Amino acid sequence: MRPEVLAAMMSVFTEHFGNPSSIHWFGQHAKSLIDDARKHVAKLINAEIPEIVFVSGGTEADNFAVRGIAAKGGHIITSSIEHHAVMHTCKDLEKQGISVTWLPVSRDGLVDPDDVRKALRSDTVLITIMHANNEIGTIQPIEEIAEIAAEADVYFHSDGVQSTGKIPIDVKKLRVDLYSMSAHKIHGPKGIGALFVKKGTMLKPMVTGGGHERNRRSGTENVAGIVGFGEAARMAREGLANEMPRVSELRDRLEHELKSRIEFIHINGENAPRLPNTSNIMVDYAEGEGLVISLDLKGVAVSTGSACSSGSLEPSHVLTAIGKTPDEAHGSLRFSLNSMTTDEDIDYTVNILPGIVERLRELSPYYKKV
Amino acid sequence: MRYSEKLLDHFQNPRCVGEIPDAHAVAEVSNPVCGDVMKLWVKVDGGRIQDAKFKAQGCSAAIATSSYATEMLVGMSIADARQITKEQIAEALGGLPTSKIHCSVLASDAIRQVLKGF
Repeated sequence: MRPEVLAAMMSVFTEHFGNPSSIHWFGQHAKSLIDDARKHVAKLINAEIPEIVFVSGGTEADNFAVRGIAAKGGHIITSSIEHHAVMHTCKDLEKQGISVTWLPVSRDGLVDPDDVRKALRSDTVLITIMHANNEIGTIQPIEEIAEIAAEADVYFHSDGVQSTGKIPIDVKKLRVDLYSMSAHKIHGPKGIGALFVKKGTMLKPMVTGGGHERNRRSGTENVAGIVGFGEAARMAREGLANEMPRVSELRDRLEHELKSRIEFIHINGENAPRLPNTSNIMVDYAEGEGLVISLDLKGVAVSTGSACSSGSLEPSHVLTAIGKTPDEAHGSLRFSLNSMTTDEDIDYTVNILPGIVERLRELSPYYKKV
Repeated sequence: MRYSEKLLDHFQNPRCVGEIPDAHAVAEVSNPVCGDVMKLWVKVDGGRIQDAKFKAQGCSAAIATSSYATEMLVGMSIADARQITKEQIAEALGGLPTSKIHCSVLASDAIRQVLKGF
């Protein structure tokens, strides 16, 4: 979290602790803090202020969008590389009798808009395709899909948790009806997120009660979380112009140097438009969890799509969907950079990883030095 | 649950790594759950395991359990070696997180398989 975010949140805990629903002055002050935060979040994606609904995070935003539209039944079109929050929600709805089309993706992780068009049915109620993938960072052709949705008069939701704050987003240009966001992905606090709900969208509330958030999401507001999210959104918007191009250069240097120093590695999604901060690398003849633990012991925190590291013991569904075998997914590493990543961090990583990979490969019965 | 110091030591400094070109038996097993692989070579003399070496491609728990089990084998009688269980290996390394318990199967399977012909 950014220190500015913490400072903004601290003031809510210590001074501005009123309930925004109360009409006394300190309640109203808390309400004005929420209004400010909503303005900053709206501005980050060029939405209208009342179109931002605060929820408990990206997962709730996705659930709200998908369940809220599908409440009337019908057919959903989604992709095979969605975040679990959309994927498992759609699977749950399938059990309840909703039919779901799972679109394939290319080897670079992109949905073909023609596939979306072909999947449309007379009872299609929702298209939900993520903006950018959380594991490989590939950016979907959202505008083209939105056009298809608009022509067919079908609601379009996009999970924007990964893309928000990383690339410029204009919901009016993207023409989405629903867009999910999460604060902690942009250096805000955990436990708070938002769903952009385009004016006029018929969305059944999931949490009912006192009618908060314009009757879209009841429950006394998480004021500190919302204020932290607002401050993080304000700073993320500033960072889009100057920080993200630098992050993108660091990512490119990381990949370039690793490719020149380590044999038999591949970059996933390399040929697709990608987020500036994500790099997913596959290392042959080594296993991802072992690489993660080795890097962790040297102070570098990364993640992997290897079955060995997941609770479910299944390889990443994203890597499987882009055509990787479980063996290939076994050696995947995901690097996530951010605006605090430095040149020195990249130098350090590219200096230590070749030795780590070499050590694990020496242990492998399959690896033969060329 | 985090890995123990002992497990991390066996992961970072695995014992008995390598191949035995004139081995009396060699076994290669793969974990049906996650795809980890272990190859185990042994030399046997008078009902005892004289030497054992391994190679593995897998996670830190798979490498550590392979290392520990292979080290344990050296000097052991075949009869005793057959009694080695995955629980024994996991316990000796300070236990494994629930989702990693299957990793210890790799080493115990390899031992059972490499001793089949004796």
